[in-house]
Amino acid sequence: MHKFADVVIVGGGIIGAAAAYYLALQGVNVVVLEKSDNIGDGGSSRNGGGVRQSGRDPRELPLVMYGVQHIWPTLSEELDMDIEYVQEGNLRLGKTEQHLTILQGLTKRSVELGLDVRMIDAKEAKEICPYLSDEVIGASWCPTDGHANPLLATLAFYRKARELGAQFITGETVLAIKKIKGKARQVITENAVYEGATIIVAAGYDSRKILESVGIDVPMTQIMLEALVTEAQPKMFGQMLGTAMADFYGHQSKHGSFVFGGSSGFEDTNKDNGTPITASITAPCICRGIMEYFPLLEDVKIVRTWSGWADISADKIPVISPVEEVPGLIVACGFSGHGFGIAPTAGLLVSQLARGVKPELDLTAFRYDRFKAKI
Amino acid sequence: MRNVNDRSRDIGAFVPAEDDELLICRCEEITKGEIRRAVHDGMFTLTEIRRYLRTGMGLCQGQTCSKLVKEIAARELGIVLAELEHAASRVPMRPIEMKVFGNEKEPGKNA
Repeated sequence: MHKFADVVIVGGGIIGAAAAYYLALQGVNVVVLEKSDNIGDGGSSRNGGGVRQSGRDPRELPLVMYGVQHIWPTLSEELDMDIEYVQEGNLRLGKTEQHLTILQGLTKRSVELGLDVRMIDAKEAKEICPYLSDEVIGASWCPTDGHANPLLATLAFYRKARELGAQFITGETVLAIKKIKGKARQVITENAVYEGATIIVAAGYDSRKILESVGIDVPMTQIMLEALVTEAQPKMFGQMLGTAMADFYGHQSKHGSFVFGGSSGFEDTNKDNGTPITASITAPCICRGIMEYFPLLEDVKIVRTWSGWADISADKIPVISPVEEVPGLIVACGFSGHGFGIAPTAGLLVSQLARGVKPELDLTAFRYDRFKAKI
Repeated sequence: MRNVNDRSRDIGAFVPAEDDELLICRCEEITKGEIRRAVHDGMFTLTEIRRYLRTGMGLCQGQTCSKLVKEIAARELGIVLAELEHAASRVPMRPIEMKVFGNEKEPGKNA
C-alpha cells in the first residue's frame, strides 16, 4: 500500500495532533501515524496538566508565554471543546530556608525574562490557598500560570484536525524514514509506505530510533513518571501547585478530583517491561508528600494511579527543528517532562516550519545539532 | 492489539435513537447517546472514550459499565467485540484514603 500527503506526521500525541490541526486549518493535506492503538497515549495523556511559566528553563519561557498570551485562553472555543483551562496562578511552596533559596533562584531567572512572578510569605500564600499546612513558610507566586485537562486538550486537537480532513491512522508503527534524491520523502511502516513532501517526527522517545534511519541522533533517555487521582471533592482551590523540592505537583480538576504527580526517587532505575506500570512504593510516597503540605486531604480517597514515560533530552529542553542534512525533515521531541504547557505553541511552530513560513518565535535554542561533547 | 485503524474511515452518520438517554456509566452519569456520539467524534477505542467522556473513571473504575460501553462502541463501529480492547485497570482496586495508602510502618513493628 502506498499513500501520499503533503505532510506526514509521525506521532499522534498532542504535538502531532496540534501540528495536524494548524496545518489542516491552512488547507494542507496531512496524514498522522501513531504506533499505539490510542491517540495521545504517551506523555500527552500522562502528565500533570500544568500550563506553567514559572520555574521554566529560560530558553523555553518564550514558548509558554506565547501560548499563555495567544493560544490557551481561547483554545476551548477554537477547538469546540471545553479543555478545562484554568488560569488561577501557580504556587511553588517551601517549608525551609533552603527551599526559599531555591525558589528565589527560579524566580529571579524568570523575572529577568519579563515574567510576573514573585516571592510571597506564608500569610499571603494562605490568602491565595487557605488549605495550606502551617509548615509552609513561603512560596513563589505566578498569577498567570494555570492548568488544563491534558486528555481533553489532546483529543480536542485530534477531533478538530480530523474534522478538517487530517487523516489519523493508529496501530501503524513507523520503522524508518527513507530519503529519495537527498530529501526526506518516504515513511516506512510495518504495513505500508507513506510519502510526503515534508515529514515531521514527533514521537517522543521513539523519535530517536526513527531518526537513526536517516543518520540523525537526538541524545535523550526516558524516565517513568507517576501520578494519582482522588475521588471528586467540592472545589477547594484553582491554583497549580508545586514545591521547591518537587515532592509533588498537581491541581484540582474541574471534575473535582485532585491529580497529583510525584516521584519515589527510584525513577532512573524503574523496571521497564515495555509498558508503563506504577510502582507500589510511588503513590504512597506522593501521598506522604501531599499530606505534609495539605493535611486536610488525608481522608480523601485515591481512586487510581497511573504512570507514563517522559522523553528527557540531554539538556532538558526539546528539539524543535528542521534537519539540515535531511531536507524536508522536521523534528519535535525531547520535551523532557514539561511539554504539555508548550505543546500548542510547539504544534503551531512546527506547522509553520512545515509550510515553509517563518516561525512566529526564534527556534535557535531548540536546534537538533546543539549537543556538543564537553571538551 | 495494534490493529491498523484509519480514523477517517466511513462508519456512517450518527442516528439518534430512543434509548440515547439511558445511563450507562452510573458513577459519572454518561448516557448511551453520549458514548455513541463520541465514537462519531473519532473516539474509536475504549481508552479514548474513557478519556473523552470519563466513562469508567468514577468510584467503581469501570467495574460496572465497561462491558456495556464496549458493546455500544463495537456496534457503533460495526466491528466484533474482540477487536476492542478494554481500557487499562488501575491500582488501587478499591478507593483508599490518602492517610492509609501513605502509611509506611517501620519494619518489625505492628501498628
